[in-house]
Amino acid sequence: MNHKSKEKLLEAFASIKTEAEKRFEKIKGDSNQNIFIGMATCGLASGAIEVKRAFEEALAEQKINAHMISVGCFGHCYAEPLVIIDKPGFPPILYHNVTPGKANLLVKAFLRDDDPVFEHVLGAMEENELIPTVMEFPRFSQEKRVVMAKCGLIDPEDIYQYIAQGGYSALAKALAVDPEQVIFEVLESGLRGRGGAGFLTGKKWQFVQDAEEKGKVVICNADEGDPGAYMDRAILESNPHQVIEGVAICAYAVGAKRAIVYVRAEYPLAVKIVQKAIEQARELRLLGKGILGTDFDLDIRVFQGSGAFVCGEETALIQSIQGQRGMPQPRPPYPAQTGLWGKPTVINNVKTLASVPPIVEKGGKWLKEIGTKKSPGTAIFSVVGDTVHAGLVEIPMGVTLRSLVFDICGGVPNQKKFKAVQIGGPSGGCLPEQFLDTPIDFDSLTEAGAMMGSGGMVVMDENTCMIDVARYFLDFTQHESCGKCTFCRIGTKHLLDTLERITKGEGRDGDIELLEGLSIDIKEGSLCGLGKTAPNPVLTTIEYFRDEYEAHIQEKRCPAMMCRALTAYYIDLDKCARGCDACVGSCPTESIFTTRDRKKAIDQTLCVKCGECMTACPSEYDAVRKVSPPELAPKIERPEEG
Amino acid sequence: MVTLIVDNKEIETQEGSTLLQACLDNGIYIPNLCYLSGIEDPPGSCRLCFVEIEGYDQPRTSCRVRVQQGMVVRTNTEHVRRLQKTAFELLLSTHHVDCRNCPANKKCELQRIAKFLHFGLKLKRLEPLERDIEVEHEHPFLEYIPTRCVLCGKCVFVCRKRNGQPMLSFAKRGFDTVISFFGEKDKAVDVCKECYACAEICPVGALLVKDSPNIPNP
Repeated sequence: MNHKSKEKLLEAFASIKTEAEKRFEKIKGDSNQNIFIGMATCGLASGAIEVKRAFEEALAEQKINAHMISVGCFGHCYAEPLVIIDKPGFPPILYHNVTPGKANLLVKAFLRDDDPVFEHVLGAMEENELIPTVMEFPRFSQEKRVVMAKCGLIDPEDIYQYIAQGGYSALAKALAVDPEQVIFEVLESGLRGRGGAGFLTGKKWQFVQDAEEKGKVVICNADEGDPGAYMDRAILESNPHQVIEGVAICAYAVGAKRAIVYVRAEYPLAVKIVQKAIEQARELRLLGKGILGTDFDLDIRVFQGSGAFVCGEETALIQSIQGQRGMPQPRPPYPAQTGLWGKPTVINNVKTLASVPPIVEKGGKWLKEIGTKKSPGTAIFSVVGDTVHAGLVEIPMGVTLRSLVFDICGGVPNQKKFKAVQIGGPSGGCLPEQFLDTPIDFDSLTEAGAMMGSGGMVVMDENTCMIDVARYFLDFTQHESCGKCTFCRIGTKHLLDTLERITKGEGRDGDIELLEGLSIDIKEGSLCGLGKTAPNPVLTTIEYFRDEYEAHIQEKRCPAMMCRALTAYYIDLDKCARGCDACVGSCPTESIFTTRDRKKAIDQTLCVKCGECMTACPSEYDAVRKVSPPELAPKIERPEEG
Repeated sequence: MVTLIVDNKEIETQEGSTLLQACLDNGIYIPNLCYLSGIEDPPGSCRLCFVEIEGYDQPRTSCRVRVQQGMVVRTNTEHVRRLQKTAFELLLSTHHVDCRNCPANKKCELQRIAKFLHFGLKLKRLEPLERDIEVEHEHPFLEYIPTRCVLCGKCVFVCRKRNGQPMLSFAKRGFDTVISFFGEKDKAVDVCKECYACAEICPVGALLVKDSPNIPNP
């Protein structure tokens, strides 16, 4: 690019940026009081709409002038709905678990009477002398936000807010240099694909750039489908422009004029927000023909996937866009050679593309300073399950599992013991306590038998049956298998059936060996990544919890006491209070009867093992016991009628 | 021409040929179900045609490998046989073995593979899996017997080749995957009449011309 057109480009962007800053100031300007409320799917599910309405009503009633700004997801699911109130004279303050009642209170007490209501504060967003900042909590201080830096702080439906906070300047910067230099920076950063396999992003781009064929395509893979993983959704709903900017930079670098964002249709809000973001970017000529006055054209459209997990696999994804059944194709050829409509295609995950603008902005070397040598940058996990501070966490690579689960996410609730953590969704593995000091990066996790995957993480406490966990994931992969190749279609069904048998107490000698042997063959023999990784939950649970398998098979005992067929409830007659019948009403099958000495007992033939009686029994008696195997429950005869 | 070594034997074949085709052309049998001679983009779905190739750690499906000058291949290693036997037993576990009453008897590919692998037609470590799917009688000229089908997809391929848009394809997913005509009865009257390419190519007698013998009763 010559000097003159470069100047023209930077001028074009500068005028957009000035406009954005002007608008942003104006929002803040009229009243200078702003209420930011998290309105992504997670916020909405916890009642953000009602909270927003309560704020609006209270503001109207009190005749207070303040701006309500709907923002995306902040990642702190345990504390939703989240609200930040920015009022002159105070630091911006973060409030958690806000209800309509709290909203009303905050308007009156804080906005009207200047009392920030300390008891509801999670923390201040800036250093100040009044309130502790959120950075004093590990859930905030140990995070490092690169991809999610603006999530929850800007309105995803207003492109100017993104630009005012530095957005799209990376695109302008990229367009001012040669595509080769953009790829050089991405290569230099060592960024690895965040979709699971961890292939070098710069290399993938280079392959496509090197391809001579015309009609290249960039695809953003947002077909997130792991049970319990939702980071891609949160990013698209909270800051779609960072992803779009990443797509545009990638398209410029590889020489593509077309791009597709493949979002699953089950993410309606994400689809809507991304579509709107693309419109807005087009209006400002950040997309479309002649971007920022250069001769670079890019057309992005959204493709809605119909909800097959396997379509997250790149070759199946391509088939599905082409209108065919979403079945993976053998690789090679890779999509970089022959992709969508046979054209060279880059397919990158949402998080990978969202990492690109900061890399271009700050240089490849900068990313290398974060994370580990072989896995630079950050990892985003959705930490769910038995953990105190569940939600999205962005951490530098290399942080240990222990630190993530215990320091950052607050450990296991209800004084229960940690048992295992399942990483990488249905393709990943279960790691027990002795792996807690494993650093989180692509290679260390793979070595331990799990995988980075797309970033799902389920924390499990001592009451989790590991065979049941393996069964759950196999049930998922079996239903989501496309049915094309023999090993995945039939092999996973045998694994599932065997696991089901074991959880029902029908396990046999040789089952463990069958599971192991079949798992290894399925891994080696399957056509695509889904089949190749599907046995991981089985193999890791056998490796680390073999004694539990043996207990199920040989003793018909479930050590975690979760498998219904292998457990029983009984009432400890020494503890049961004469005349009390709290448990009787709670039983849905009328299996509790009164013994001769007016205590209670359970008819095992009627009991469905729901555990309601255990909850109902007053804590001062605490008379209901759960045992495994079920034969341990004492047999008490029902007295004859009359 | 390209020369390669398969099981210590030097063979010659045309450039660009798949390794499986080259072996079959030279009288070296490798078990396969979904491969069709001349198919441009083999589906690689039956997972039977594994071979070991020097320079690769893991066995590879020979239908997806193009021959290269000097390639050294072994078709009968322990590793290859293990994968083949498992794949075969998996297929067998969903196949209703009733050869006596099956029109494919004696020309059935499963019988051929069973013999070749010295496996027999009895399950060793797996239990039979019941597929709760009925015979499809809807089609005006054809019957589909899902409990025989190995889902090789040859029928879909030949139908597409002959009719452009295939009249039948895969439906459902996971273990429930079947071949379906999608209820296109009216269209089938014109297209399928006197074609029967799918029934002819079916290696296991799962697609039959209506009123032919040996169709199990519903």
